[in-house]
Amino acid sequence: MRDVAVRFQYRDLLLSQIDEQVKWLSRGKIFAQPGFWPAVSLVGMTFFALLHLIGSALSPRIHGRMAEVALWLRSLEYAAWFLLYVWLVPIVGYLPMTLIFMPLLSFRIGYRSKKMLLLSAFIGFLIVLVFKSFLEVKIPGGQLYEYLPDAMRSFMLLNF
Amino acid sequence: MDVFIGAMDTLLRWDVLIALLIGSVGGVFIGAIPGVGAAVAIAILLPATFSLEPIVGLTLLLGIYGSSMYGGSIPAILINTPGTAVNALTTYDGYPMTKRGEGRRALSLAYSASFLGGIISVICLILFAPVLALVAPLFGSREIFMAALLGIVLVIFAHRGQVLAAGMLACFGIFINSIGLEPIKYTKRYTFDQSWLASGIDLIVVILGLFALSQAFLLLVEKDRTPKAMPVDGGLFQGLKELWIYKRVAGVASGFGVLMGMIPGVGEFTAQFMSYTYAHKSSNNPELFGNGSPEGLVASESANNAVPAAAMIPLLALGIPGEALTAMMLSVFYVHSVIPGPQLFQNQMDFVMALYIALLILNVMVLIFLMFSTNWILKIIQIPTRFLGVVILVLSFVGVYSLRNSITDCAIAAGFGVFGLVLKRLNLPIVPIILGMVLGGIMEVKLRASMARVKTPLDFIDRPISAIIFGIIVLVIVLHIRGVIKEYRGHKQQIEEARNDAD
Repeated sequence: MRDVAVRFQYRDLLLSQIDEQVKWLSRGKIFAQPGFWPAVSLVGMTFFALLHLIGSALSPRIHGRMAEVALWLRSLEYAAWFLLYVWLVPIVGYLPMTLIFMPLLSFRIGYRSKKMLLLSAFIGFLIVLVFKSFLEVKIPGGQLYEYLPDAMRSFMLLNF
Repeated sequence: MDVFIGAMDTLLRWDVLIALLIGSVGGVFIGAIPGVGAAVAIAILLPATFSLEPIVGLTLLLGIYGSSMYGGSIPAILINTPGTAVNALTTYDGYPMTKRGEGRRALSLAYSASFLGGIISVICLILFAPVLALVAPLFGSREIFMAALLGIVLVIFAHRGQVLAAGMLACFGIFINSIGLEPIKYTKRYTFDQSWLASGIDLIVVILGLFALSQAFLLLVEKDRTPKAMPVDGGLFQGLKELWIYKRVAGVASGFGVLMGMIPGVGEFTAQFMSYTYAHKSSNNPELFGNGSPEGLVASESANNAVPAAAMIPLLALGIPGEALTAMMLSVFYVHSVIPGPQLFQNQMDFVMALYIALLILNVMVLIFLMFSTNWILKIIQIPTRFLGVVILVLSFVGVYSLRNSITDCAIAAGFGVFGLVLKRLNLPIVPIILGMVLGGIMEVKLRASMARVKTPLDFIDRPISAIIFGIIVLVIVLHIRGVIKEYRGHKQQIEEARNDAD
């Protein structure tokens, strides 16, 4: 109920910004105005959210909502892990960072055996091999690669 | 004949065939591992396919799309856990059959029914091709706008019991698609003077966040589970023979799958629901449904496997994706400047035919693969779910970061990942957001393009096709409102009866 109300207010806020955030041209039909689609979507969101809010207010209260919200918040930790990985890959390099990150996160979530940690590093290696070495996806080399000897550096930049 | 030869020429290349093989076999595994699914895999692989030729990238993704539901039936039948969401109905009858000691029979029937559904769907697609080639050019801006609008309306009303939330999320999708520079006059919309918002929010970033990262977060925060299943003894060919007994149910269910796949915004769930209801009502043993009915299993599996090929019809003929997976494939077309729509049917029919034949081949490949490798797959799917979360998280990075090496994109994807987790936990649908983004963009461009020929709103429906689509939209809305009123009255009557009984 509360989260629905927050969402509703947020949308209402976006709708109140429409005159500042889109341009209304002096000429041209309403359907061709740049602001027409944001307006349609925001009015639609507000309309459905309002009905949803009324429906939620009339429905019986669900207990245990705070435990559920706590679970949502727990996901933020893993979002932070993900962003840390994203931030470090261009610095450390894709292969070394993946080889560090996968066992580290596996350890964090409770896989403490040597077998699982090695397996996670191996899967990380396979992922890098498939995507960077074979499929050649665009992931730049790490800044730390600059400190490697010449031949090794170009090999790492090209493949890992 | 020339078209067929051209299609075979496009298809019979080692890179295309390898892509098809990897996609088909990989799709079976992806479908069989509970917690992954075709949407997650396609979202991750999408940017990697941009560097491949369109036919190679598309056959890879088509392979995954077309084969994941085959794989999803394995854990649904053997461990009561659907591999993909659309295999949920398979657990109703598949798992009770396993408990009765008929796991092998259930698997064999499921594979055979899936195969039949897939093949019927591709045959329909091939037979429809000349008709589509004739009809597709009749779709101008107004007709495509109306068809996209129908897609939005259907995706909202297809989520029965969640219509308000689906409407809200579809409008949210339309809104996030409108952020950034608009495509005609290039004015800024909802950028709040932030440079990172000026180029808009990329569809693939949203897809990866909502499908892949949200799934990774979900697996990481929930309790660890390791799927375990007993191996299956004996051959799996008997189902092909047994399917003949249920040919009526399998045929009708495949028909529902084709029909529902063709209609944008509807998809597998409605097709399964209609097929299952039909099989239940027309069965001589209705009491078996939900307790291990082979007919129920056949209805569910034939229907869901008939959808992928049929879902390609609105995508290829009109450029309108009917659900999330075809929306993802649309971006592969756009990246390679192959624009699906009437022109594709007129100018590149051999390319379209090559995709159809690829679908046909993949069904045969998957059936043969499954007949011999089910026990092997069972060993591989026993991955602890939280560990799977780590793998998906690392794979998602490849998908998002390789797009344009942007940390901002990754942060946006992580934000949508958390949002997707909340939606999944609340049991709210994600697909309306994606379809809102894709169809919203199509609607805006087509509406503005048609403005030159439209003087009054009535001009939108002064041509036969747009008038028919408009009629269908009105009919869908009226039928829905009627259904809601009926449901409300029934509910009210039940309460009154309960009150009278209590008195």
